[in-house]
Amino acid sequence: MSWFQFATRHRAGIASIVVLVFPHIMPFTALAVNILIYGLYALGFNLVYGYLGLLSFGHAALFGTGAYLCGIAVVHFALPWYLAIAIGVLGGLLMAAMIGVLAIRTRGIYFAMVTMALSQCVYYLFYQAVDWTGGENGLRGINVRAVNILGVKLDFIDPLTRYYVIAAFVIAAFFLLSRILASPFGAVIEAVRENETRAKASGYDVTATRLITFVLSGGFCGLAGALQALHLSIVPIEIMHYDTSGIVVMIALLGGMGTFFGPMIGAAAFLMLENLVAVWTVHWQLIVGAVFMICVLFFPAGIWGTLISRGKR
Amino acid sequence: MAGLSINLIALQLFTGLALGAIYVLFAIGLSLIFGMLTVVNFAHGAFYMIGAYAGVYIFMLGGDFWICLILVPLAVGLFGLAVERVLIRPLYGRGIDYPLLLTFGLSYVMVELIRIAFGKTGFPFDTPENLQGAVNIGVGYFPLYRLFVIGATAAVLLALWLFLEKTSFGLIIRAGARDPQIVRVLGVDVARVWLIVFGVGTAIAGLAGLLAAPLQGVIPEMGSTILAEAFVVTVVGGMGSIGGAVLAGLLVGVVVSMTSLFAPEMGKVSIFALMALVLIVRPQGFFGRAGLMS
Repeated sequence: MSWFQFATRHRAGIASIVVLVFPHIMPFTALAVNILIYGLYALGFNLVYGYLGLLSFGHAALFGTGAYLCGIAVVHFALPWYLAIAIGVLGGLLMAAMIGVLAIRTRGIYFAMVTMALSQCVYYLFYQAVDWTGGENGLRGINVRAVNILGVKLDFIDPLTRYYVIAAFVIAAFFLLSRILASPFGAVIEAVRENETRAKASGYDVTATRLITFVLSGGFCGLAGALQALHLSIVPIEIMHYDTSGIVVMIALLGGMGTFFGPMIGAAAFLMLENLVAVWTVHWQLIVGAVFMICVLFFPAGIWGTLISRGKR
Repeated sequence: MAGLSINLIALQLFTGLALGAIYVLFAIGLSLIFGMLTVVNFAHGAFYMIGAYAGVYIFMLGGDFWICLILVPLAVGLFGLAVERVLIRPLYGRGIDYPLLLTFGLSYVMVELIRIAFGKTGFPFDTPENLQGAVNIGVGYFPLYRLFVIGATAAVLLALWLFLEKTSFGLIIRAGARDPQIVRVLGVDVARVWLIVFGVGTAIAGLAGLLAAPLQGVIPEMGSTILAEAFVVTVVGGMGSIGGAVLAGLLVGVVVSMTSLFAPEMGKVSIFALMALVLIVRPQGFFGRAGLMS
């Protein structure tokens, strides 16, 4: 058994172990938390782009809805943190269902355009609902100081504790995603990507598969958004912006789309690059954009994808 | 409802047409490039923005608006030619997503370069002197410059129509859109045709940016907003259809300005509602061929 087969079989376990030791090898914990959250966001995105083969440019709406709904639950309804996260996930699922129903009616390259346009619409709606979302100023005051887990009170202000609370959700997401991909339904997802006509001829409902996968993706992204809201304690309106949709595309491609580890590796590479570049110039978007173009031109398989193609040999 | 006279609605209709004219110019370039090259140009908004900044730069050098009208499309078009030749051409035949992703990355680079060169804050852009003021168009006074935008768009459309329908090169372009393989077999250099189509499409985007500048000012992010709205236009009109882009562009402009009259806060949202409606009733758009969807 090659290292690659071993890594595939125990993918969720390996990813969890890496996540557990990760903050101790990073320069500062805040960056590790960011990588965790963006990695989870990219994990959800990758389900649609990498495994289903549909390029979405509207995932900011799913991430953002998760963040806003979680924040609103805390700020306006004073709900406990775990309910707020559940509401965020639910928000991501519902938003994905609404966008999905419309966008699934189109195919191929249209999907990218329609998802982008619809997420722009969601951006305007949240921007204008000032009473709920704070509009331009963002939603402020999502103060969760401590979290209670089975009677144990954890200090959410402490960076490392906060990291491990968030990591617990990310690890749960790893195992859930790994289970989905290993299930017969996971095989159907990839069948639809590989050959739509054959999948249809084999008796699978292609439209339903696409919609369900998109909604599942919304759940993962909603969870990432909810964790982001608790982590930042504010939700800036930029979370809904087109750039947030674009970043996740970059992360997935950089790490290796359609691979299990790709999104996390991509998030780590992207955010570390961003941090590094930001030290010596404010124009980090120039470098990030250029690096992305080089990836598209020369390394379309991404970091992990390139390693896999070596490992399979 | 004394405030909402027929004249006011008619004036608002014209305002919508002027706004729609900008959408039309932006969307025909997008549609032309997609129809021929099957490239969704995510940098189209950046080319539009570069057009406006090229105008600002020419003004700084002491030029006037009429010089801009000639030089801006030329400069942006030349830049477009270089982009196609160097960056997009290596990606043909590698799947439809790759040119899209590349132009997406390119738009980041272009916007950031403009921020470095001109700063993060925008510029106001004065309406050219001879085009200031308003004229009576029968239902009331209408800004002359907006009338000019509608006229200029009509002129560009006419020129484009003549180019595509009446010249032998236009014939090759239309044939290339139908079946590039056969055109290549007939001995036509298809790569050169695609190069020129990309150049023409981006040149028109640059012109649209210049024309929009006096209406909305010039900022580095002006391209990303219109890109999402232009996607609505192409989805409503049917991707790859120039007639569809014209009709849908004007329709979207009118819908925005009419909604702004009755419910100002819903102006931006209304066009996405329009797109949702079209997707439900006729997913391929007004003039779209069902085949292009897949």
